[in-house]
Amino acid sequence: MSLQYVGLKEINGPLVVLDNVEDAAYDEVVEIRLDNGGTRIGRVVEISGKRVVLQVFEGTKGLSLKNTRTRFLGKPMEMPLSTELLGRVFNGAGRPVDGLGEIFPEKYADINGQPLNPVSRTYPRNYINTGISSIDALATLIRGQKLPIFSGSGLSHNKLAVQIVRQAKIAEDNGQGFAVVFAAMGVKNDVADYFRRSFEESGVLQRVVMFLNLSNDPIIERILTPRCALTAAEYLAFEKNMHILVILTDMTAYAEAVREFSSSKGEIPGRKGYPGYLYSDLASIYERAGIINDAQGSITQIPILTMPNDDITHPVPDLTGYITEGQIVLDRGLEQSGVYPPVSVLPSLSRLMKDGIGEGYTRADHSAVSNQLFASYAKVIDARALASVIGEDELSELDKSYMHFGRMFEKYFVAQRDDDNRRIEETLDLGWNLLSLLPESALERVDEQLLKEKYNPSAAELFE
Amino acid sequence: MNTIYSINGPVVKVRDTDDFSMLEMVYAGENRLVGEVISITAEETTIQVYESTTGLKPGESVTGSGMPVSATLGPGILSNIFDGIERPLKKLEEASGAFISVGSEVPHLDMEKKFDVTIKVKTGDMLEGGDIYAVCPETPVIEHRCMVHPDLKGEVIWTAENGSYRVNDTVVKLKKADGTVEELTLCQKWPIKQARPFKKRLPIEKPLITGQRVIDTILPIAKGGTAAVPGGFGTGKTMTQHQLAKWCDADIIVYIGCGERGNEMTQVLEEFSELVDPRTGKALTDRTVLIANTSNMPVAAREASIYTGITLAEYYRDMGYHIAIMADSTSRWAEALREISGRLEEMPAEEGFPAYLPSRISEFYERAGYVESLNGAEGSVSIIGAVSPQGSDFSEPVTQNTKRFVRCFWALDKALAYARHYPAINWNDSYSEYTEDLSDYYTENVDEDFLKYRLEITKILHEENKLMEIVKLIGSDVLPEDQKLIIEIARTVRVGFLQQNAYHKDDTYVPLEKQHLMMGSILNLYENCKKAVAAGVSTAALLETGLFEKVIKIKYDIPNDCLEMFKQLDKEVEEGIKKTIREVT
Repeated sequence: MSLQYVGLKEINGPLVVLDNVEDAAYDEVVEIRLDNGGTRIGRVVEISGKRVVLQVFEGTKGLSLKNTRTRFLGKPMEMPLSTELLGRVFNGAGRPVDGLGEIFPEKYADINGQPLNPVSRTYPRNYINTGISSIDALATLIRGQKLPIFSGSGLSHNKLAVQIVRQAKIAEDNGQGFAVVFAAMGVKNDVADYFRRSFEESGVLQRVVMFLNLSNDPIIERILTPRCALTAAEYLAFEKNMHILVILTDMTAYAEAVREFSSSKGEIPGRKGYPGYLYSDLASIYERAGIINDAQGSITQIPILTMPNDDITHPVPDLTGYITEGQIVLDRGLEQSGVYPPVSVLPSLSRLMKDGIGEGYTRADHSAVSNQLFASYAKVIDARALASVIGEDELSELDKSYMHFGRMFEKYFVAQRDDDNRRIEETLDLGWNLLSLLPESALERVDEQLLKEKYNPSAAELFE
Repeated sequence: MNTIYSINGPVVKVRDTDDFSMLEMVYAGENRLVGEVISITAEETTIQVYESTTGLKPGESVTGSGMPVSATLGPGILSNIFDGIERPLKKLEEASGAFISVGSEVPHLDMEKKFDVTIKVKTGDMLEGGDIYAVCPETPVIEHRCMVHPDLKGEVIWTAENGSYRVNDTVVKLKKADGTVEELTLCQKWPIKQARPFKKRLPIEKPLITGQRVIDTILPIAKGGTAAVPGGFGTGKTMTQHQLAKWCDADIIVYIGCGERGNEMTQVLEEFSELVDPRTGKALTDRTVLIANTSNMPVAAREASIYTGITLAEYYRDMGYHIAIMADSTSRWAEALREISGRLEEMPAEEGFPAYLPSRISEFYERAGYVESLNGAEGSVSIIGAVSPQGSDFSEPVTQNTKRFVRCFWALDKALAYARHYPAINWNDSYSEYTEDLSDYYTENVDEDFLKYRLEITKILHEENKLMEIVKLIGSDVLPEDQKLIIEIARTVRVGFLQQNAYHKDDTYVPLEKQHLMMGSILNLYENCKKAVAAGVSTAALLETGLFEKVIKIKYDIPNDCLEMFKQLDKEVEEGIKKTIREVT
């Protein structure tokens, strides 16, 4: 039985201070027992001589300076791991909450993980067909990538994430060795339930590990949630050779928890009150994706974040964009005009796409058609801006054809039903047909030979 | 024995000791985590630790190393990949597997590898700091020149035979003035935060040729110069840096991945080992050294990575090489400063950044330059630093402070990137102060008309910029014909000249001569069209000739080694326009 410390020195928000502690280690886990029988888990966040500051995950409600006994467990926060994780539901701190009892661990691992050596990484190249045209053609998802969805409150990001899970052929042999790790941070109960039901309907529930920290759960536990989820993912991917798709929602709520914790510690705030280390903190989550040389598995991350006030320059989306390998941006205007999925094409990007498309991966003409679609759609936006000033009738013939192309592109290419699973060939051909609505000379990104082969003015009849 | 008193993230404090000196390297705790002393008061000494402090306890020992955090400089640096404090990542992988564990001590350079050494001095020679005493081929393209440590001088009393030696083998013995003997090996140590000395700075007059048109022609950088590449995420900072690292005509590239993505470093590793350097015919990795401190590696080492990189560069500069440093991204370095400063509870200046941010940035960029080294060789260090402004807002402190200390500013633009116009360098917001310094070079080595052409091209772009303000309000239809022509010519410049395809075999690198001829062809088209418009031909009719598209596609249609095709093209344009004039009038 190790030493227990009775009572506390100070309580301040989620932080408590203990005095006269011998032998505490930085980042060590503590167990705080209340006199009424409850226990809380905490973590050492600062040591100054014998004074130790602890962060209590489940909150400090009910704690007093006298009614606690604190025990130092002598190890960092760990999570029990085994393949039994699949199909189970845990809380944000990694404890089972589905009433099926504790899991029988094969091993324990530190939830903070360790940085992956860049020379041990395999550069991701295999594309994942999501069946969604705007993603497959223009922001291709690659196995081992981290590709966030930048959304706003009330947009259909959850529906899109579910569609990706359902349609994505993430493992070569469909299903075998494929699993989803789902981490909910500060989301509403209904949203968590929507995901659970959707997993059930698509028959993958037995291959899902869920970590739920709902919006009314303790905020400090939220800081652990993605770390527990990724520890599980790393175990399944790199030790059990599975292809893992990790969905993290909502990263904005996570960042707010970090901010709350930081301000209660009295740290100097950076932009919008977020701590200066938010970039490093987010990176310690997002960088836990990828493929390593000596394992067969992979971790593909799809974090979802709601941009406060739809502002892409808000610190959370901004820093996320600097770490992740691209982003899929959703647009309120499209959503309101009935386009699902409301993918805003121009700011969406996949950084790994260039090496995962083309001959041998998707189709040789992929990069040409996607470049041209981007360039032409950018002209559509210019034409629309002009039309809003001088009226559409006054536009030049070329601008008029851009206006028409823009409408058809959104209607037939971006928009699709949530059960529409398009093959990559279908998507690319659709792209060429749409481009054929424009005069041939406007397609300056495509070399002549390819243009001859693919330009098809008669395709105009397909759209109206 | 000194022991740890407090721990807060990467900041560790030791009480009541006077054993340490500023910037000394120390080992903290039982795992011997590498750290650096960053402040000393009578009561406490503050240390920043370069590794994760999880599990560290107060009461564990802290031992000093007696010297500042230093880089080991010697053969074996090139083609290697290091972390922020010069630990070779491949050796770390062998030691601790795919995940980096703390306290791994591995030698900076491969101590077993043998190099073919030729001794350059003989007994009795008097040597001074910087003198070359031995050389060996480090990679197929770079000869490594071992130089006497700048602080040493003395008489050679013994030399080894030419032959193969390891990094730590003694090859020369030097008797110093005080009579003691110094054994010189193939390597030396140098503190990373101290600039290496040189004889004098030389004026800047040679361009760093990158093969990227918007840079070489419009916004050139000089050898020994500094440039900043600011841009929001997705605007192609990393892509620009990769292109420069691949194609610029430096002898050696130091690529610092500072707080960036792990996969990007993997990509550089893979891609560079497959790519062939057009000048030497050997793999690009033979001239490249990578420093990788990815975003999830410890933050204090991120700060060190910048200094390690520049120290390696200065070392090769002293041998007489031209080095280009790619630092991606300096904002992460500034953020590391902010994070440490916050943990030290220093008074913040703007946006939480410490007040000494500008002085740190200037110290870094001032280590660039074109110099004559101690041994008389000419070498240069050019720095190209990426900046990642928060919220793509160029008024934030890191961008603004960087702007004050660099002479080349390549502003990346979101709108261009959205339209997939790469490199997305905005020609209106960017500038280069080197144009003047380099004018003689361009006139003498490329063509005497080069600068005249460049001026014409920038004028056209500037005109377009003014006209676009009108076009955005009322459309282009109402413009007079000569202004319509400017818009079309500017489009030709943008699409045909400024935009460059990194994935096209000819377009990824374009020699200066072709850049010059391309400008010539565009201006030839413009001159002829002007005549046509003056004769009453409409711009629309000129567009129908297809000649504009033809000029735009020069970059693909005329290979880099068939430049004589330009003459024919220019003739074709001239005749095509003349024909149109005849038909209309």
